[in-house]
Amino acid sequence: MQDLANTALNIALQLGATYADVRVMERTVESISVKNGRVEALSSSVDSGFNVRVIVSGAWGFASSARMDMKEAQKVATQAVAIAKASALVGGKVPRLSPLAPQRGSYITPFKRDPFTVPLEEKVSLLLRADEAMRSVKGVSIATGNMEFGRERKLFASSEGSLIEQTLYDSGAAITAEAVGDGEIQQRSYPNSFGRQAGTAGYEFVEVMNLPEHGQRIGEEAVKLLTARQCPSGRMTIILDGPQTALQVHESCGHPIELDRVLGMEAGFVGKSFLTVDKLGTNFRYGSDAVNIVADATTPGGLGTFGWDDEGVPAQRTDIVKRGIFSGYLMSRDTAPELGLSSNGCVRADGWNRLPMIRMTNVSLLPGTWKLEDLIADTDEGLYLCTNRSWSIDDRRLNFQFGTEIGWEIKNGKLGAMLKNCTYTGITPEFWGSCDAVCDDWVVWGTPNCGKGEPMQVMRTGHGAASARFRNVQVGVGKWGQ
Amino acid sequence: MLEEKDVRALTEKVLGFSKASQTEVLFLGTDRSLTRFANNYIHQNVAETNTAVSVRAVLGNKIGVASTNKIDDESLRDVVNRAIAIATVQVEDPEFQSLPGPQPITPVNGYSERTASFGPEERARGVKVIVDRAVAKGYESAGAFETAIQQVAVANSLGVFAHHIGTEAEFHTVVMADAGGSGYTQRVSMDAGTFDFEALATEAVEKAEKSRNPIELPVGEYRVVLDSYAVGEMLQYLAFMGLSALAVQEERSFMNGHFGERIVAESVSIYDDAFDPEGLPIGFDFEGVPKQRLAMIDHGIARAVPYDSFTANREGKPNTGHALPAPNTFGPFPANLMMAAGDASRDDLFKGVERGVYVTRFHYCNVVHPVRTLFTGMTRDGTFLIENGELTKPVKNFRFTQSILETLGAVEAISRQRIQVRDYTTSVVPAIRSGKFNFTGLTQ
Repeated sequence: MQDLANTALNIALQLGATYADVRVMERTVESISVKNGRVEALSSSVDSGFNVRVIVSGAWGFASSARMDMKEAQKVATQAVAIAKASALVGGKVPRLSPLAPQRGSYITPFKRDPFTVPLEEKVSLLLRADEAMRSVKGVSIATGNMEFGRERKLFASSEGSLIEQTLYDSGAAITAEAVGDGEIQQRSYPNSFGRQAGTAGYEFVEVMNLPEHGQRIGEEAVKLLTARQCPSGRMTIILDGPQTALQVHESCGHPIELDRVLGMEAGFVGKSFLTVDKLGTNFRYGSDAVNIVADATTPGGLGTFGWDDEGVPAQRTDIVKRGIFSGYLMSRDTAPELGLSSNGCVRADGWNRLPMIRMTNVSLLPGTWKLEDLIADTDEGLYLCTNRSWSIDDRRLNFQFGTEIGWEIKNGKLGAMLKNCTYTGITPEFWGSCDAVCDDWVVWGTPNCGKGEPMQVMRTGHGAASARFRNVQVGVGKWGQ
Repeated sequence: MLEEKDVRALTEKVLGFSKASQTEVLFLGTDRSLTRFANNYIHQNVAETNTAVSVRAVLGNKIGVASTNKIDDESLRDVVNRAIAIATVQVEDPEFQSLPGPQPITPVNGYSERTASFGPEERARGVKVIVDRAVAKGYESAGAFETAIQQVAVANSLGVFAHHIGTEAEFHTVVMADAGGSGYTQRVSMDAGTFDFEALATEAVEKAEKSRNPIELPVGEYRVVLDSYAVGEMLQYLAFMGLSALAVQEERSFMNGHFGERIVAESVSIYDDAFDPEGLPIGFDFEGVPKQRLAMIDHGIARAVPYDSFTANREGKPNTGHALPAPNTFGPFPANLMMAAGDASRDDLFKGVERGVYVTRFHYCNVVHPVRTLFTGMTRDGTFLIENGELTKPVKNFRFTQSILETLGAVEAISRQRIQVRDYTTSVVPAIRSGKFNFTGLTQ
């Protein structure tokens, strides 16, 4: 692999590149899906190839191929140079890279049990036991369980002398029970919705979930939701559980702090950011004093944890929001100089055939000191909303709307009636400004399906989060009838 | 791209490596390039060449799937062995009957030599037309221009062999003016040579200019004219919510209990047609089964949903040729989604609207409740007040939370012109006027 990388780098430099880097990547994925007692999907995929990224004539070029031999290395490097020259036809800014000393080393995700050596039968059996527990509840129509394990081997080499090898493992699983009836469909998931809770870890990450033990509970909740009261409409206090707070952080903080988005580079697709550069260093209030957010690629077990990013910048921690004040962006080597800064190591690509770009690492809301039960006891009237069911946010990451799988009324400091079809909506800085309490039930939640870029890249990001309380929030959006 | 004979030889080799009772090979070849621009220059410009081989091995009624993107003999043997190893430890699936057998496939033309030979310089020239027009106005442009060759082949041990090579080109841009102005355009075609960049620039730049200084309208229910971009995204979400035999079998589709009933306006017909040259034609699905034109909602009546071999065998119904690649937990899907054109001119869509809202496109939609077909999202890149049949003022972008069937049930007019649009999926759709659309929030 190193020879291939060197060949491609040499060709690129000979053809006029002022900077070049090569990534050789192999991703192996094993996934299992069970549904209603059937193993619906059991698959193993291996995807490998390499890419060459160059700056030529003051413009970027990128080419990639699945074929890995010296002839192809020459061809792809030549293609990347030609593409960069074509980019230069439209003019524009000459890329400037923040300084980086040559990096050399290796990193392997720490784990206890290699998920790829755990027998398939053991994994399938665990999911089927959870499936059976969900279906033991009368009224559960669809019981599903998923596991996915990934192993990513990558080599990075640059014309500046960096040479890095990494092997990253990720493991994840979740179960979902659905109940259907009379024009209604309701679901409950554990430990999180949309396929899985995941982290950079081994099979031990899945074992501690105790999936079968939670099957019956979520089955019962899904069935009860069918006849639960409709979420009320109005402005009120809400408490979000950890998984929902994590997605709130992802959408309304993680994306708007991507500096490429801020600088307009995603404007043709999902949009820009309200966190414009004039808001950095000028005491812009993003949230209340209770809100402290960091981006930390060194968080143990976080789904966005690694040794170096895909530009060879070491993993690091950056303050994003300190006591409510906006303090930092996620940056790459070619965006940080726009602010007179250096990259803080937030660049990744989801495969050998994709351009590395700014991605969230582990963007986390730091824990507070409240116990959840104390926070509920401290709330006279409101809603406790758990586990995401839908999400949407505007093209500057201001107006958002989320739905949750389940909610409960809070009356006089106690949880009351179960509520279905819960939704809430708000404007990002107003919402985080209304946060008056963060709990201590902090967990790093994994978001394995973060989409960005064209062609679309699906990245794995992490979000440490805890239950948190927000005041005066609009809930119960839309026409629901009874 | 490999020649068809080479692909056939490769699939035969893979089938020969397998000792499973039934084996399926899916071959995907990709040669894809994308030029992306923002701030009026090209900032990302990429190319990808890939081949992928996926093997579905069947042992009795136990199934394993494995894939690789290496096509040397060692890798192909390995992928077969992995699929068989997985099938060996699988549990029995009593509902699985068989892979599909061979059927005649109607040839289609989905290939354009012009698209296949498009290079980075030609893409840059197209982008430059947009950028120059934006710069001349002092505006900012961003977008992407993609050209791709896609090769698909399916073979199985029952004698299926199906091969298709097609091309696809997609261009879109957002042009941003001062004072909140923003305009959009998109085109999708098998032939990149059909794109008229001057016309596309005019559409986006003029809309950006006209949408400056938007006013704030109160939230609530409005009559709307939804342009094709918005209609395409809305129909895509309708398909996600239940236009699939799997969703119907699991009783989670809005179609359940309503087959043969009117569920939307009589003027609305939604169908899947993989043969229509306005779309991206392909003659077969990812199991090598011939595609069928499928009227899903016909003149407002719920008629049918797409099937693949598993869902068809489960019910003893005909397979309509709408399988996705194995292993498929999503179920069959109408990948060539279309809505029938109406007879309205563009002006007709606005006629008679005393007060309403024109929506160019939606942004970041998501399902809120699939059985109620409730979805949410934002308007974007050109939202205007309609007064007495005319676009009078730009308005600030709304959030909506709306039932798709309710909007389609209140359709009053459908445009004659249709265009092909792409979000996650492609669709060929007209613009519509509807009496019901519930805007539930505003952005700043």
